[in-house]
Amino acid sequence: MIKGKFIDNLPKVYGIYTGGFIAFIIIMAILEQAGVSAKAIGISFVIFTVAIYAVIGWLSRTLQMDAYYVAGRQVPTVFNGMATAADWMSGASFVAMAGGIYFKGYGYMALLVGWTGGYVLVASLLAPYLRKFGCYTVPDFVGTRYGGNAARLSAVLVLTVASFTYVTAQINATGTIASVALDIPFKLAVYVGLASILLCSMLGGMRAVTWTQVAQYIVLIIAYLLPVFWISSKMGAGFFPHLMLGDEVARIAELEGQFGFVKNSAADLATVPKGLAGITKAHSSVNGTTWGFISLTICMMAGTASLPHVMMRYFTTPSVKSARRSVAWSLLFIFILYSTAPMLATLSKLSLIDPTLSTGIIGKSIADVQALDWYQNWNQANLMFVSDFNGNGTLELNEFFMGGKAVVLATPEIAGLPYVISGLVAAGGMAAAMSTADGLVLAIANALSHDLYYKIIDPKAEAAKRLIVARVLLVLIGFAGATIAAMGIQGILGSVIWAFDFAMSGLFFPLVLGVWWKRANGPGAVAGMLLGLGSGMAYLIWVRNGGSGFWGITQLTFGIVGSLVSLVSMVVVTLMTEAPDAKTQAMVDEVRIPSGKTVLGKQH
Amino acid sequence: MSKQSQHWEKTRGLLFVTLAIWFVFSIGIFFFGTEMQASSFKPFGYPLSYYMTCQGSLLSFVILIFWFAGRQEKIDEEFGYTEREDS
Repeated sequence: MIKGKFIDNLPKVYGIYTGGFIAFIIIMAILEQAGVSAKAIGISFVIFTVAIYAVIGWLSRTLQMDAYYVAGRQVPTVFNGMATAADWMSGASFVAMAGGIYFKGYGYMALLVGWTGGYVLVASLLAPYLRKFGCYTVPDFVGTRYGGNAARLSAVLVLTVASFTYVTAQINATGTIASVALDIPFKLAVYVGLASILLCSMLGGMRAVTWTQVAQYIVLIIAYLLPVFWISSKMGAGFFPHLMLGDEVARIAELEGQFGFVKNSAADLATVPKGLAGITKAHSSVNGTTWGFISLTICMMAGTASLPHVMMRYFTTPSVKSARRSVAWSLLFIFILYSTAPMLATLSKLSLIDPTLSTGIIGKSIADVQALDWYQNWNQANLMFVSDFNGNGTLELNEFFMGGKAVVLATPEIAGLPYVISGLVAAGGMAAAMSTADGLVLAIANALSHDLYYKIIDPKAEAAKRLIVARVLLVLIGFAGATIAAMGIQGILGSVIWAFDFAMSGLFFPLVLGVWWKRANGPGAVAGMLLGLGSGMAYLIWVRNGGSGFWGITQLTFGIVGSLVSLVSMVVVTLMTEAPDAKTQAMVDEVRIPSGKTVLGKQH
Repeated sequence: MSKQSQHWEKTRGLLFVTLAIWFVFSIGIFFFGTEMQASSFKPFGYPLSYYMTCQGSLLSFVILIFWFAGRQEKIDEEFGYTEREDS
């Protein structure tokens, strides 16, 4: 059926794969009608998709250095866009984002703007130049551009702190989904999730991760869009929700006015299980301060441009031109999901709070709501809770509580869609969390194996030995991440936002100035990275321990402090020390031209 | 001025234009959140502030990057810095 090289047949291969996946959904739907239990369907979805990723991971195994580190630099533009989108959209985007919009409205949408706007910075400031450089990892660029082990080591440090914070959140998300879908305890599910992640990445490194990420993008986008379009049509809201929910958004505002946002007493709130939230903020109107919105947007944008697992995806394209175009495609694929999240939040909220809809629960008697099948399921999973605070026997808006994850995971069930859709959504969430975790674990392991082990500790190591070290590190980092995830210290979304702030604090200016400011030198960059990361972290610890903070900067936006310190210290130290030598300056000139050989050789 | 510095000058010019547009849609307009909400211009029936956060700005970034990539390719071509297909 398929002849010739794999790369030439990509559209065909993934076309067949998509068709096969849709056929699988249909078979599951038929089995559900035939009476197969919901649980069996949920398990089949997760196992089937993970098994496919594992097969792709196995087929992509490699013993070649540039295949392991940069997928042989032959990933076509559009497919790299898809892989980046999966790499980028994590458990937070898939499972938590719609929930955040649902509960926090406008103030939260700063994340949507920030997580897309950052790609403009990636495309214009960094990606094409780093591709021309020809590095394997982000510290590889820093180490060569600024020269010396101190710069390389500082970059490894920032990368590890940011990516590790991020990866625990993703392993946490895979664990959550695996535990719900497979019905096993969370602490065990975390390691099941880890095993699936390692299956995809261990044998083939970047090459395996690339081709599984494309497969994961297809699963996650189908799983996200299908229920939203379905619910929208079912509710009669319109067949194309993105353009047709104007009335529904207005209706929510009307209902909010009617119900009002009643504030619960502290004693009442204490009875609500931890992690659940009620609807306390307006859905569509501006509900936060201007600076709160803009500062969060800035942090997410600069963080996007500094996160190494995203940047390294653009090292895999065949040319500088395709790296640039690939950023545009990535963002298009991301846009498809991000623009759907607010629509899901709108439909989900309206179907619960509108008393004129059959699915509405506000205004019904508490006993009726507690008798609902789906309420009992999700209440048991600790994701939903109602309580009659005012004792009138009727459910009020302020008496209904839900976990953020439930908006994506439970809405299909609440809206009365068949269970097969819930199974599909679980598979999609798993794909989203796994693809990001893969990219992150690989980014850390590659930095440690290439930059720390090969470039600093043992520059004479042979290829085979380097690849073994890379794999051993991959497993160790995965286990460390899973162990911390199993402790469940910080929520999924909180850790993700911290990761952006860490990356921005330490890496944003050293990376950007490395390309755009020829005068920037090694001592300046080291100062920028270490002082930036240090001050950002210090601010976070200070605010976490009751510090008052300044300029309205919170624990979610501490990257502003870190990156400003980083910029100032980098410029000051650079100007106080000698300009980089002629060789380095020539290297920067070379990076700025797309044509010609990469700065670093093919094998290095 | 050498060919290379002319190329870089044009590239930098394009960067400034790109970043200016980016600034408007990512930061600039959100200084006017409440004004946008009150605006009588409602794309597809959504309040303008809501529309920009969930589609408008996002879409403008997608278009901006495609446009930027096209412009940069033209600049590279003009100075003969286009890569050969096989490289």
